[in-house]
Amino acid sequence: MSKTKSTVSKALAKNIRRNFVERLIEWALMLSGLIAILITFGIVFILVTESIPFFEAVSIKEFLTSTIWTPNFEIKNYGILPLVAGTVTITGIALLVAIPLGTITAVYLSEFASHRLRETVKPILELLVGVPTVVFGYFALLLVTPLLQKIYPDLPTFNMLGPGIVMGIMIVPYIASVAEDAMRAVPMAMREGSYAMGATRFQTAKTVVMPAALSGIIAAYILAISRGIGETMIVAIAAGQQPNFTFNPVESAATITAYIVSVALGDLEHGGIGYQSIFAAGIVLFIMTLSLNILGQWTRKKFTERY
Amino acid sequence: MAINDQNIKDLNAIRKLIKQHKKNDSIFAGVGLFVIATLAVALLVLFLDLVIDGYPKMNLDFFSNFPSRKAEGAGILSAWVGSSLVLIVTFFVAVPMGVTAGIYLEEYAKKGWFADLIEINVANLAGVPSIIYGLLALGLFVYEFGLGQSILTAGLTLSLLMLPIVIVSTREAIRAIPVHIREAAYAVGATKWQVTLHHVLQYAMGGVLTGIIIGMARAIGETAPVITIGALTFIAFLPPSPVTDVVPFINFAWLDAGFTVLPIQMFNWISRPEHAFHINAAATGAVIIILTLLMNGIAIKLRYNIRKKIKW
Repeated sequence: MSKTKSTVSKALAKNIRRNFVERLIEWALMLSGLIAILITFGIVFILVTESIPFFEAVSIKEFLTSTIWTPNFEIKNYGILPLVAGTVTITGIALLVAIPLGTITAVYLSEFASHRLRETVKPILELLVGVPTVVFGYFALLLVTPLLQKIYPDLPTFNMLGPGIVMGIMIVPYIASVAEDAMRAVPMAMREGSYAMGATRFQTAKTVVMPAALSGIIAAYILAISRGIGETMIVAIAAGQQPNFTFNPVESAATITAYIVSVALGDLEHGGIGYQSIFAAGIVLFIMTLSLNILGQWTRKKFTERY
Repeated sequence: MAINDQNIKDLNAIRKLIKQHKKNDSIFAGVGLFVIATLAVALLVLFLDLVIDGYPKMNLDFFSNFPSRKAEGAGILSAWVGSSLVLIVTFFVAVPMGVTAGIYLEEYAKKGWFADLIEINVANLAGVPSIIYGLLALGLFVYEFGLGQSILTAGLTLSLLMLPIVIVSTREAIRAIPVHIREAAYAVGATKWQVTLHHVLQYAMGGVLTGIIIGMARAIGETAPVITIGALTFIAFLPPSPVTDVVPFINFAWLDAGFTVLPIQMFNWISRPEHAFHINAAATGAVIIILTLLMNGIAIKLRYNIRKKIKW
């Protein structure tokens, strides 16, 4: 009798230890999960605290409405608009290249390509997403811009057209991949219904598949815009680092990201207004990309809920 | 109903319409194929250009020389050593953290606002531009924590970038494992952690590995955040060796050392006006491209094999 009792209590004791270790592990794992929240919090905290002194020196009104950004001049002027203009222009050029090419590629792969072609092209697309952007910057400055100069001799070495086009090529695989996933998720029955009515593949793609996958395709565009806005190395290398309030693609201009790089390349004086200004620029960049990402994810989620 | 002129007219109109649609169909098929072929050719030309431009520099001296003011004798020794050391830090920070976070979200977290909050954060972190991580690191690691512009700072910065990739791939790998594997382990008395460590994680290993390789490939090529923390572009010395000849044979002084990495070296050479430096840049670019394509290729192949091999 006593023997059974001791076995039971031993087992219980073991259980308590087991439970304790289990609990400990669960807490440790949760701490890792918390890191994601901490990083987001850290980004917001650092961007805000480091730029508070900047906004004490420069009014938010001047920051958002002035069209002159001259942090290195005698008379310093901090209007973010020239940097935003550069960002918008280059991203715009990139989208003009990437949206048609990416969409056509996606439709072709999803609706027209044979199984074998799709299985070959898809991994290549995935490979291309991984190409470092500094390499694309090299192409923009030393290959594409000289080519463009043959067509348009007045083009300066640093311009927004070359990097815009290269950024577009960089984004194509991204749009193609996300949009293709969205189209492939459209149920086969919908296509079969369309084919049964005598529609061709192109008609089916245009009138059935694309409308059904529309929110997924739009999500791909939105996420691509966000990528373009946040892209740094291509523009820092090939668009010039001189802020210039213009939307003209054949001029040189700096983007928000290129400005941050140009300041970081110089000697950073910790606590100086130049140092603080990159955090102020970073806030603008963060808000732009974050809102686009949330919008994109929301659009995509809405799509997946429907089927 | 007799066939009259009107019927024939209608029939011809329909035939014409069908013909038109069939034509559109083949036109689009042609356009699609053309676009894909053009893209493929364009990218091939770009990469070939890089390799051809950089070819004259592709020799052993290039890997064993320091950068120099003279383009001919300049090499990437400090850059590849720097990249390797930074990646070691990144690996040892991002992998344990990312995998455990993934396990927590998929196996442990109860559905609710807390899990949702983490999930939203992971999704958004994956979309934050890399340069923002650079700003975070500059403010936090370099100045708040006083780590300086060191290998440790760069490694931590890149691990922030890699973390979402590892978390997402870990979760996907774990999610693919059917419940009955877990139930079998529970049935013989395993605890939750034993189930996770001995069974779930074993089956998920391939998928986790894929994510780690893709994340590391991304970390190799990442430039903007490392520039932002203030990495030097001209380094003509090596950090102290991690392995020493006195007990305990390992030292951590290298964590504190200044450094440069491959993409920054390339960026620096691109920015020079002299053509000779552009050749160096092309060679460095070719090295980076080959490394990242190789790693991504291995990862994609690995994932493909897993999908093919495992049938539950």
